[in-house]
Amino acid sequence: MDISLQHVEYRYQANTPFESLAIEDVSIEIPTGIYMAIIGHTGSGKSTVLQHLNALLQPSKGTVKIGEHEIKGGQKNKNLKKVRQRVGIVFQFPEHQLFEETVEKDIIFGPLNFGVSEIEAKKRARIALKQVGLGEEILEKSPFDLSGGQMRRVAIAGVLAMEPDVLVLDEPTAGLDPRGRKEVMDMFYALHKDRNLSTILVTHSMEDAARYADQIVIMQQGKVVKKGTPEEIFSAPTELVQMGLDVPEVVRFQLKLEEKMGMKLEKIHLTIDELSSAVTDQLSRGVRS
Amino acid sequence: MKESIVTLKEVSFQYDLQERYALNNVSFNIYEGEWLAIVGHNGSGKSTMAKLLNGLQFPQEGEITVCGTLLSEESIWDIRRKIGMVFQNPDNQFVGTTVQDDVAFGLENNGIPREEMVQRVEDSLRKVKMDKFLHQEPHHLSGGQKQRVAIAGVLALRPSIIILDEATSMLDPRGREEVVETVRLLKEEKSLTVISITHDLEEAAKADRIIVMNKGEVFREGTPEEIFSMDEQLIQLGLDIPFSVKMSKAFRQKGIELSKHYLSEEELVTELWTSRCNM
Repeated sequence: MDISLQHVEYRYQANTPFESLAIEDVSIEIPTGIYMAIIGHTGSGKSTVLQHLNALLQPSKGTVKIGEHEIKGGQKNKNLKKVRQRVGIVFQFPEHQLFEETVEKDIIFGPLNFGVSEIEAKKRARIALKQVGLGEEILEKSPFDLSGGQMRRVAIAGVLAMEPDVLVLDEPTAGLDPRGRKEVMDMFYALHKDRNLSTILVTHSMEDAARYADQIVIMQQGKVVKKGTPEEIFSAPTELVQMGLDVPEVVRFQLKLEEKMGMKLEKIHLTIDELSSAVTDQLSRGVRS
Repeated sequence: MKESIVTLKEVSFQYDLQERYALNNVSFNIYEGEWLAIVGHNGSGKSTMAKLLNGLQFPQEGEITVCGTLLSEESIWDIRRKIGMVFQNPDNQFVGTTVQDDVAFGLENNGIPREEMVQRVEDSLRKVKMDKFLHQEPHHLSGGQKQRVAIAGVLALRPSIIILDEATSMLDPRGREEVVETVRLLKEEKSLTVISITHDLEEAAKADRIIVMNKGEVFREGTPEEIFSMDEQLIQLGLDIPFSVKMSKAFRQKGIELSKHYLSEEELVTELWTSRCNM
């Protein structure tokens, strides 16, 4: 399912003295099956964009197309339930939203709300649990008796059980330890590939953006300031640094090294392996010359 | 030999209704003026340790001594005066409506006279470089700024020990750097003992000493260099290897000789530069 934002503007508390412009003239194309990372500071408007992706917010101006559905600014839009079913959002610290008595009830809450039968919903709960790497024995437990990492996974399973076509992830690994982080990110990537999902990742981690994304969008002060593949984005690292954003560790290291050595490598390298090869080459070439 | 400021002796702790011990027969010393990082994966027992150190929980077995006093129900109030804690979530620990009210909160609770309070609030906010924000409301602050205010709130009480319980894990990279830098400066300035509980090994790399926890036990203890030479073992423990260690390893594999196992990024850059000059 394709999503397209065209010249989207959003104002919080419109027509009140507290009106504030959150995003302005934002155009982003999200074709089916893409993995897109949205990067920006706190307050850059990325969360506002994220909430437009399943019509939790509706544009003040511009158009949001979600599959067949078109949501135009300044109009009343109905029948958004179908849209929300197809676009699942995993919010930051999703475990804070757990509320049911048992894990099973919590996971099937979403699907039941969207009119899925109880039998089907329970079936989906089992599949979703497996996808997030948890066993069925936990179904009858209270979600509040689980560890933090398990709670996070149960909350994610609740979103997966809705079988969305598009998965929107808002800092999904915040607070997890390195192993948990890698497991969760790899799990989303596997789902992305297996189910041909579109995945939109909102993140601070340049490492994750460089590793997983096909496309990166950079937001600043409510606007899209840059779009491109990870190679394109990170090949202009100084620009990012000027915007107050980080670059991946590997890129940062390359820049430091280039400065110290007073030389430039042919291109920006995004993995440790590539960079170490390029530098080793350069060093051995130095011997010959 | 440095003075030990905190001593744990054969400490075990088990939460209600849990089969496994959260901490199992843990013994170690924390020395005055050091920056100790306690690292471990989620569930390794490191946060339980923080709770025991300032008496939010009491061990079932073993004993804990802080500044020479045995920690008990009776001594807990005195001990809490010596230990300040900064928690994980910046939004859960802001109690005041403005920055200065927040820092004053602990002082008010301790009945500090007003004149002194005003002075201490300003001093401690200056130390964390937040003195320009006295009248700001918390929702105008970034996560890193909120955590620095939390640190100021602790400093104002003049503790001997400060515990950071995953205080940077919910921050963006910039916020994380701000907090770590603040702690580093404080440590240099006076003899504050810092215990940082973290799973971020880049942060732990800056500490004087690291204790690695696994399944409720002390798995290894040493300097950052010693700990990082554990290499793949760290990954098996659910942790990660700092970037500069990964980078050094890749260079070694490609035939570049390096003088020691753990090098910071700066050291590594210098080393590569030198090796070019020698070639």
